[in-house]
Amino acid sequence: MAPQDTSTAVAQPGDLKPGLTGLAEDWSSDQRTFKNVPWGKAMMWIFLLSDTFIFSCFLISYMTVRMSTAVAWPPVSEVFSLSFGGEPIPLILIAIMTFILITSSGTMVLAVNYGYRKDRKKTALLLIITALFGASFVGMQAFEWTKLIVEEGVRPWENPMGASQFGSAFFMITGFHGFHVSVGVLFLVLIARKVWRGDYDIEKKGFFTSRKGNYEIVETMGLYWHFVDLVWVFIFAFFYLW
Amino acid sequence: MAHAEGQQHPLSVYIKVWVLLFVLSTFSYMVDYMHLEGYLRWSLILLFMFLKAGFIIAVFMHIKWERWALSFAICTPPVVLLVFIGIMVIESDYTFLTRNLFFGTGS
Repeated sequence: MAPQDTSTAVAQPGDLKPGLTGLAEDWSSDQRTFKNVPWGKAMMWIFLLSDTFIFSCFLISYMTVRMSTAVAWPPVSEVFSLSFGGEPIPLILIAIMTFILITSSGTMVLAVNYGYRKDRKKTALLLIITALFGASFVGMQAFEWTKLIVEEGVRPWENPMGASQFGSAFFMITGFHGFHVSVGVLFLVLIARKVWRGDYDIEKKGFFTSRKGNYEIVETMGLYWHFVDLVWVFIFAFFYLW
Repeated sequence: MAHAEGQQHPLSVYIKVWVLLFVLSTFSYMVDYMHLEGYLRWSLILLFMFLKAGFIIAVFMHIKWERWALSFAICTPPVVLLVFIGIMVIESDYTFLTRNLFFGTGS
């Protein structure tokens, strides 16, 4: 394989020390800091770090309004219950959504793995499966929003169940997360198409960036997707279960 | 060598963590289903949440195998959020007291 243009100034992998010494040497090396990390992946991590702070702001403001309201918070477990003909099961839709997102994380990780093995078809197939899980997650969220807005009468400024801040916190947090999932699905499909065509086998240049693509892009995509799953873990715990 | 940079690990690690995430999610759902309340509920929610988050970051996002230069750059900045949380807890306590004092709605 052709050497990457960004990695020319880097010491040989054998020279790199592990642990704390490695940490100090990497940061003081007067070269690129993140050795053995493709620039795309480093940039994705920096983006995810900034995204962490955005979601934290949402969750912390949710904590603030919930702690400071003098009116009782709506009974979340009952609000999000769903009945399949019989007794309503609390939080069942949310639980299903959680499992769907975890399943999609698993298929994503397999896609990354098969990508590095240069198994073009399996990678593309797994990416498409991941995208389908993601799309079904967004679909369930749309169903949940519709149910809450139309049947329960929840608005960002009021709701019949309790503290009026519930609506704004709910729509803001889950809306922003759902937007992340939707964008993820879009990019999963785009990358699946490129993998399927074999762009990454011949290191074809990208349409917008004119940079050579390779299977590392699948891993970068995976980081984003796992992050979306990660954020859901926190939303599930703090918004739905608390 | 562009491909010495990739993260390649045996599939069995991923499968194990995948199953574990399912189990942990079931546990956190059971916390609600069993109607656990109070500190037991909150501590269990946090426990399962941090375990899930940890496994996703460490294994699925490969932080476990990254060099410390990267994992420290990613994992240490969010620690300052604890300060933010602390500030907002104080702020909301004060708002809650003021609201009760002036509006007297109670709960």
